[in-house]
Amino acid sequence: MGGGYIAQQIVNGLILGSMYALVAIGFSMIYGIIRLINFAHGDVVMIGAFVTLALMQVAGLPFVLVAAGALAAGAVVGVLIERGAFRPMRGAPQVTGFIASLAVSIMLQNLGILLLTAQPRNFTFPAALQKVINAGPVSFRVIDLVIMLSALGLMVLVMLLVKRTRLGMAMRATAENLDVARLMGININRTILAAFAMGSALAGIAGLMWGGKFGQIDPLLGYVPGLKSFVAAVIGGVGSIPGAILGGYILGLAEVLFVGLLPPIYSAYRDAFVFGTLIVILLIMPNGLLGSDKGERA
Amino acid sequence: MLSAAPRQSESGARTLLKAEALEKRFGGITALADYSVNMGRGELLGLIGPNGAGKTTVFNLLSGVFKPSAGRILLGDRDITAARPDRRAALGIARTFQNIRLFAEMSVIDNIRVAFHMHRGRGLWPTLVHTPAFRRAEREMAERAAEFLELLGLQDVRRERAGNLPYGLQRRTEIARALAADPQLILLDEPAAGMNPNETDELIAVIERIHHRYGLAVFLVEHDMKVVMASCDRIQVLDRGRVLCEGRPADIRKDPRVIEAYLGTPRKGSRAGS
Repeated sequence: MGGGYIAQQIVNGLILGSMYALVAIGFSMIYGIIRLINFAHGDVVMIGAFVTLALMQVAGLPFVLVAAGALAAGAVVGVLIERGAFRPMRGAPQVTGFIASLAVSIMLQNLGILLLTAQPRNFTFPAALQKVINAGPVSFRVIDLVIMLSALGLMVLVMLLVKRTRLGMAMRATAENLDVARLMGININRTILAAFAMGSALAGIAGLMWGGKFGQIDPLLGYVPGLKSFVAAVIGGVGSIPGAILGGYILGLAEVLFVGLLPPIYSAYRDAFVFGTLIVILLIMPNGLLGSDKGERA
Repeated sequence: MLSAAPRQSESGARTLLKAEALEKRFGGITALADYSVNMGRGELLGLIGPNGAGKTTVFNLLSGVFKPSAGRILLGDRDITAARPDRRAALGIARTFQNIRLFAEMSVIDNIRVAFHMHRGRGLWPTLVHTPAFRRAEREMAERAAEFLELLGLQDVRRERAGNLPYGLQRRTEIARALAADPQLILLDEPAAGMNPNETDELIAVIERIHHRYGLAVFLVEHDMKVVMASCDRIQVLDRGRVLCEGRPADIRKDPRVIEAYLGTPRKGSRAGS
């Protein structure tokens, strides 16, 4: 088990972590702004993956347009979910929204099975993206590089948006106190919608990445990235975007290194390890690594 | 002597805010009944009354936190009875809270900038590209913010997390944030609560300054008689959800009904609960 092998595992972990981080940002944004744990968020990843498949393999669009389509599809789905399922529940107890998100998740999964069948589909990127690059001891495909770099770019963009723009400021203010934000002239419906659109767009593009990384998609694929990204968001501190990013990378790396470095018989415990990590971190830092103890909104 | 509406000189064009026969019921409890007010542009109006008289309810109705059960509210000629709180803020009604509600996690300056941005901020593109218009707007905002910080004596704590400030400074930050929303009318809900006499004197000076410098109409709910008497042109007295009387401070001070509402009649248990 040489240094090269470990370097390779780290690269693999970063690729996986990029995807977790992108999905976790959405979880955190949505939780931060309306204290809703959106369990349908993972299914937006699935929708993003199928939209990618349709645009790329059926419509044959160029890659950049496919990526734009996945982002847009995610945003649209996020907006529809917010308008359809969560806005009518605004002001209801927290658990109501939580149950509603489970319902939306089940509906999206079953709608997927009805429309697309549960049969996994192969997901093949153009040959140019499948090319393997050898950089010293480490090798990866072009698509892996695209995943890592575009994820990084999107994260920077989101952070800038939240920190610098008027919308970002409205989002931070709404996250802190919805009622006061509204009295400061912030249109909170629009702000919440924007948070759903942004977070879900990232989940949509993560769907493209997920398909590109694993090569197969099916209507239930959102479950695993959804759950693990939720774990990533909690590890980082739910509500914090940098926390979600950190949590995503930590989880991706931990998962890959666990499987890669321990004897193969333990690899079946991959998910147990992920959730074990969550439990340990929450025992030591109940608010996550970068979270604050803002508590629940009354 | 007192008359029901002492300053009728504020005729149509000069009227800023008009509330007519507002009523607010919570279940079977009537928190406010038949409440009317007529505020001129740039007027300093006070609202006093015992605990539980309905003062904060008036503010919640005017700022849009609650919808009235009956009655209507006009800002200028516009009926805002059904307008959402953010819309009312955009139209020029800003407020502070009895129990301070700052964005505690943000710095003092960011609290002020939130209010600015909602009124003059720019979109994503100008922000990321730093267009000249964006830079100009940012500069203007920075200047205005500096002005409000100075006015309220907050320059030294501008970068502090708002939640970490002592109480008096938090109150002032709230006032600065309300000013940054560029209001025509500012509703101050017990700004002197929890202040020591020194701070109270400073507050009176601040209210005077924002009133004079910006020509703002100020509606002041306050327990501290000293503040109300010193600041207001006109005072409304509220008791048990109804307007008891309305008039100039000197007259209000002497009005037997006011004294009774505050001190109670000799009969026990006649004071409104808190």
